[in-house]
Amino acid sequence: MTSEFAVEMRDVVKKFITPEGNELNAVDHVTMQIKNGEFFSMLGSSGCGKTTSLRMIAGFEWPTEGEVYIEGKSTGHTPPFQRKVNTVFQSYALFQHMTVFQNIAFGLEMEGAKESEIKKRVGRALEMVQLTGMERRRPRQLSGGQQQRVAVARALVKTPDVLLLDEPLGALDLKLRKEMQLELKALQQQLGITFIYVTHDQEEALTMSDRIAVMSKGRVQQLATPVEIYERPVNKFVADFIGESNFLEGKIKHISGNEALVHIPVLNAEIRGMPMSNNFVNGEEVSVSIRPEKIRIAEQAAKGEGLFQAKVLTSVYIGSDTHVYADLNGTRLKVMEQNRISRLDPSSFYTKDQVITLVFMPENTLILKKD
Amino acid sequence: MLQRFRENKSMQGTFLALPTTLWLFVLLIIPLFLTMVVSFGQRSPDGDVIYSFSFDNYARLFGYSTDCPDGQASCFDSLYVNILSRSLTLAFNTTLIVILLAYPLAYFIARSHPNRRNMFLFMVLIPLWTNFVIRVYAWMMLLRKEGAINIVIGWVMNLLNIPYTPLEMLYTPGAVLVGMVYEFLPFMILPIYTSLEKIDNSLYEAAADLGANAFRTFLRITLPLSMPGVVAGTILVFIPVMGTFIVSDILGGRQVILVGNLIQRQFLDARDPTFGSAASLILMVMTLIVTYFYTRKFGFGEEIIAA
Ligand SMILES: Nc1ncnc2c1ncn2[C@@H]1O[C@H](COP(=O)(O)OP(=O)(O)OP(=O)(O)O)[C@@H](O)[C@H]1O
Ligand SMILES: [Mg+2]
Repeated sequence: MTSEFAVEMRDVVKKFITPEGNELNAVDHVTMQIKNGEFFSMLGSSGCGKTTSLRMIAGFEWPTEGEVYIEGKSTGHTPPFQRKVNTVFQSYALFQHMTVFQNIAFGLEMEGAKESEIKKRVGRALEMVQLTGMERRRPRQLSGGQQQRVAVARALVKTPDVLLLDEPLGALDLKLRKEMQLELKALQQQLGITFIYVTHDQEEALTMSDRIAVMSKGRVQQLATPVEIYERPVNKFVADFIGESNFLEGKIKHISGNEALVHIPVLNAEIRGMPMSNNFVNGEEVSVSIRPEKIRIAEQAAKGEGLFQAKVLTSVYIGSDTHVYADLNGTRLKVMEQNRISRLDPSSFYTKDQVITLVFMPENTLILKKD
Repeated sequence: MLQRFRENKSMQGTFLALPTTLWLFVLLIIPLFLTMVVSFGQRSPDGDVIYSFSFDNYARLFGYSTDCPDGQASCFDSLYVNILSRSLTLAFNTTLIVILLAYPLAYFIARSHPNRRNMFLFMVLIPLWTNFVIRVYAWMMLLRKEGAINIVIGWVMNLLNIPYTPLEMLYTPGAVLVGMVYEFLPFMILPIYTSLEKIDNSLYEAAADLGANAFRTFLRITLPLSMPGVVAGTILVFIPVMGTFIVSDILGGRQVILVGNLIQRQFLDARDPTFGSAASLILMVMTLIVTYFYTRKFGFGEEIIAA
């Protein structure tokens, strides 16, 4: 491997003409560098350009502008069959007229591998995805999860530098999904191949990825590790899209290094928090975000900086946690408390209209650009 | 009773199949049986059927003749065997040419923009709006010595200053072949199109992704997956070509006689329904045999090449 990056997209734009005749930037000036051996996810809601990005890496589409590099080499108009990347399709795209064995062997035959070699490698691939013994079945005779494994084996048997996976678990039920997530992740670690994984399921992305590109409307909003994305989202979109967040709108009053003071009109108060961008200016309109599990409910009523009185709207007991929805001067907030102590006494739970004191710690309070 | 009927799926099935079964029985099984009975009979001198159990008609079809040149009691006459083999050959050739013409066209339509596909299919079907016989006559107008094709070639040759005597195209085996191909082309295009259109685009992409170029993708993916269409089209073309007599009648004249013409003449001109019946049954058996082996070999069109 010659390059540090398995795949690199440099300022890539992909324009489509929609059936209505409009021009659409499905991918809009995307730049990302995907490291060798990394589990990289593209995460975003429907239509944000994930599949289109993946297809440009695979070679099914060509960028309108910019360039895709694989192993440091510009791909230009190299056709898919000459790229050392392989794809696991969302619908699996298995060849129904071939057996499992023939499906997996197909890619090796195209390389001109010898029959004995094909047998050996297909056997190993089947072992890898735990389908040994199923080689003579047709794809139709397999369960959804098994078909998915065939699709993975068919791509991996080619020993690509990069494996592209387009929502490979989308068609599976939740339990199987979770299992396959772990299996795919384990497989990736065992093989050390770069995985580029497309999903719109944030939990899936957080569980599996080394790094995630959060996308929206064809643009990369943030490209970082799962922890960074969750704990340090760069803008309101990311904070909102990943996990849950409470938002308060305000204006920067004062900023100094890694702390800023924001005036929140609805509270008629100031909140201290961490600026998530280093080009804020005084007076700028911002969003303040606090995750539900990062708001504490004080045991005793108190007043002071970062303390706010709120009225309980509802309290939902869900076993491990209690979700408290509270009204803070007209803004609905969600607070999550872990049920760390076993109890039954009804008076220990929050009741409607109870007044509680919420604690916003500055290190848990993120000040975000409004994009 | 009604309750039982509601619950019993196979009873419902029987009930639903009843009208068709009756229809087939009255209009297929009974006539077929009668044809068989007649085929074992003999023609009386004034053209009536004398019922008997004789294989004479079949023997005659396969070349047994008592009308021999040098006073022999019996000899081999290749007349009918030639007709049978000519029909078979023509049906094979027609089917083959039709496949070769229909496949690329069906492929082109299936891969064209969805908005345009319906228009192309419509164009394929337009000729079928005109009566079959009229279309065959149209070919006669084209192929005649004074027909359009000869006129056009004549003009061109004239311009090039090459002497040209109009070609004799009508009443040749070639004319019959051209007519058959033309008549039956749509019946091949449609099923092939249908099976090609069903192939998901992601399969082509998967093949390319796994290293197959366009040619190998065609051989390994497109062709096997479209075989059901080719098989269906072949059956739709081969069987009627074996039996039809109109095309050969109009474009072949007395020169190209097929089984269809033979049968027709036995019933109308020669007034020998017993021999006509025997020929009909032989035609049916021949068609069945070919179809049987063909479908056994190609089955559902899977894995012909992949194996
Ligand atoms: N061939 C095409 N012609 C026109 N527009 C297209 C084409 N392919 C994609 N688009 C548009 O480009 C945008 C991005 O599509 P893309 O398939 O990349 O989304 P996605 O992020 O994969 O979404 P999903 O999660 O729903 O799969 C969409 O608005 C889509 O309608
Ligand atoms: Mg997609």
